Amino acid sequence: MTEIVRSASAGTMESSDVYVEIEPGQAGIELRLESVVKGQFGPAIEEVVREVLDQCGVENAKVSVRDRGALDCVIRSRVETAVKRGRGNT
Amino acid sequence: MRRSLLFLPGNTPNMLINGSCLGSDAVIFDLEDAVSPAEKDAARILVRNTMTYMDFRGCETIVRINGIDTPYWQEDLDEVLPCRPNLILLPKTGTAADVQTADAYMTQVEQRLGLAPNTVGLVALIETALGVENAFAIASASPRVTALFLGAEDLTADLQCKRTKESREIEYARTRLVVAARAAGVDVYDTPFTDVNDDEGIEVDALHAKALGFTGKASISPRHVEVINRVFSPSQADIDYAYEVMEAIRIGKEQGKGAVALRGKMIDAPIVARAQRTIAMAQELGLGREEA
Amino acid sequence: MNGKVVKSIREAISLAGLKDGMTISFHHHLRNGDYVLNLVMEEVARLGIRDLTVNASSLFDIHLPLLDHIQSHVVTGIQTDYMSAALGREISRGAMEKPVQFRTHGGRPSDIALGRTPIDVAFIAAPAADPMGNCSGKYGKSACGSLGYAYPDAMYAKKVVVITDNLVDYPLLDWSIPESYVDYVVCVEEIGNPKGIVSGTTQITRDPVGLVMAQNAAKVIQYSGLLKEGFSFQTGAGGASLAAAKFLKDIMLRQQIQGSFGLGGITGYMVDMLQAGCFRSLLDVQCFDLKAVESIRTDPRHQEISAMHYASPSHRSAVVDSLDVVILGATEIDTDFNVNVHTDSSGCIMGGSGGHSDTAAGAKLAMIIAPMFRARLPIVTDHVTCVSTPGKDIDVLVTQGGIAVNEKNRELKERLTAAGLPVLDIHELKEKAERITGKPRKMPRGERTVAEVISREGTLQDVIYSVPDQD
Repeated sequence: MTEIVRSASAGTMESSDVYVEIEPGQAGIELRLESVVKGQFGPAIEEVVREVLDQCGVENAKVSVRDRGALDCVIRSRVETAVKRGRGNT
Repeated sequence: MRRSLLFLPGNTPNMLINGSCLGSDAVIFDLEDAVSPAEKDAARILVRNTMTYMDFRGCETIVRINGIDTPYWQEDLDEVLPCRPNLILLPKTGTAADVQTADAYMTQVEQRLGLAPNTVGLVALIETALGVENAFAIASASPRVTALFLGAEDLTADLQCKRTKESREIEYARTRLVVAARAAGVDVYDTPFTDVNDDEGIEVDALHAKALGFTGKASISPRHVEVINRVFSPSQADIDYAYEVMEAIRIGKEQGKGAVALRGKMIDAPIVARAQRTIAMAQELGLGREEA
Repeated sequence: MNGKVVKSIREAISLAGLKDGMTISFHHHLRNGDYVLNLVMEEVARLGIRDLTVNASSLFDIHLPLLDHIQSHVVTGIQTDYMSAALGREISRGAMEKPVQFRTHGGRPSDIALGRTPIDVAFIAAPAADPMGNCSGKYGKSACGSLGYAYPDAMYAKKVVVITDNLVDYPLLDWSIPESYVDYVVCVEEIGNPKGIVSGTTQITRDPVGLVMAQNAAKVIQYSGLLKEGFSFQTGAGGASLAAAKFLKDIMLRQQIQGSFGLGGITGYMVDMLQAGCFRSLLDVQCFDLKAVESIRTDPRHQEISAMHYASPSHRSAVVDSLDVVILGATEIDTDFNVNVHTDSSGCIMGGSGGHSDTAAGAKLAMIIAPMFRARLPIVTDHVTCVSTPGKDIDVLVTQGGIAVNEKNRELKERLTAAGLPVLDIHELKEKAERITGKPRKMPRGERTVAEVISREGTLQDVIYSVPDQD
């Protein structure tokens, strides 16, 4: 299990990017999503965010995702980067 | 075939995701100069995922890692080698030992990944005076080295001269690199032309590089890719001549002649080799003849 | 000389006899710098006049005060050819009871002339006018160049009010609209903000994808069989369209081809092409930048044309009928090549046909230039949210990931394939984009009709539904 011990962020608010913030949490994954394509891709984005968190072993965290039309591979990258920046030294 | 090599900043999604559509024969994902120290981690992951999830068929992938004098380069390789880019571009290569250091670590990672040694090639970016002087040694330092690559911006800073559009200040480095690369049997790529809006300048610059013997040319702007591709493609006259050479050789062989002449000139081995390269390239570009 | 000059907009409104339920009209040459529509509407509201229909050749975000007049029922009908996003969003949310009527830049003058959309009072913003109403867009601090879209209003409205901030001595020479159409002239402090009227210089795109699209577009034209002596061309003011014009210019100069005319909304890039000898003339219904304004004022080869002359389907002929190639944009295009330029992919109004359908119908080659996807939304869909221009009028779609040719133009497909261009079936192009973006969910649409899209011939082509409230 990977513990998030500090607030961290990754990505930008530029077009085709996504800005991900992660904070320590106690109540599982608390996800907040804003997206310019929420109507078309909201559930898909949420699924990929949860998948990456799961792969990284994160079970508890507050995660805020502000999406500017990023592709899946970009979302995956930014979530992973945020986790690596926010986790304890392993 | 690498006529054009286009730099893409490693932490800019908008550029990376469209990289394969920009017309270049190869893209260079840049983890070095285009990425600030605080974003090295993010860029590595983004480049790795871009290579994993995006389709780069028809476009080779090269990763410019950080230099071996930085704390980043090994992590760069750890992250990107599993994606098997075609090549790694090693910046600020000054000596054969620099190549060997990177080579040894790449071999180690390849072993760890269960890849055959030298699965991923290495291009040495020569951008210091020391690198220019050691060019042949660098090009021959390891079988992994597939090309030399001239980086004129940093080189001119090291030479303590001004980088100009006329580029006389890099003429020695250019010719030296071409000779060294050819002597070592590897390719050689020219430095980018940096004025994005000068459409005539890029053509003149590319034609000059082609005339000196460069294999291809790097670019920092997609706008230059088409010109570079055109300049570094064989012309129809080149292609026609290459077929004539091969035809003359065939007839010569049939007639049992030892030496063959075409248009009053003896055809020797280097001319045949060049004709074969031209025909191979023409075929790759769809300009070849069917019967050949 | 006082001529037809009256003291105020208010006086002109009264003299023109404007009453409840009538239709008033405006042109959009001052674009997002226009003060005149808002000034007139304020006075109308103050006079207590209600239930008006506003017929404007286009509406921009500067016209947002219209929403207040809609709420207070001063305005109950809108007829326009284009509506920018901020205003469009409110219309899409159901700001009006009566649907907005969208026409094309050719359909509007046609329907005005045929009496389908009669205008009671036309208010014509004029950067220069004399006391008898001769007026022009070429001179003055608010110069906008061509006044092409104002002609039908001047010619067919029952009353015509010219509003200027640059009243000159009689006679104003080199007029666009002559005094014979004008009833009243009003002089105000400012008719617009020059910064919003024309752009300083329009830049070609630096976006790499836009450049690739533009290069492909130029090659399509090069190999279309149409690029020869006498060639005629129109392109939009978008970054990629301008870049395509730039690449086309290089090809024309290299091959020493001189075209007959460049058409449309004219930018500095088209002026460059004229000056470089790529065209014998420019036919200009609207100027987009300072260079175009300067050129139409000084170069006799650069000619102003009216909206009817530009694109009307019901007049004896229009320039679009003689057009070879037009480059157009799209927010969506479907596998039948129907194009949407009225709404975004969520169904929210953010544009309009303008001259899109007119030039597509007239041109021998109508090209759509668009990225494979925009902010993760693929450009090619199964069915467009709104049919702005029918697929029968579109020949080819150019993206950075390939070129799709409409089956109706087999000759073009063969030519482009033979030239080695990356030609794909439009279904393949759709799948290629969706492999990258994922397949978007269809957005739900609202129940109400908020706008009608009227074809250039005057028939109902499609309707636009309200968008449900977002969380």
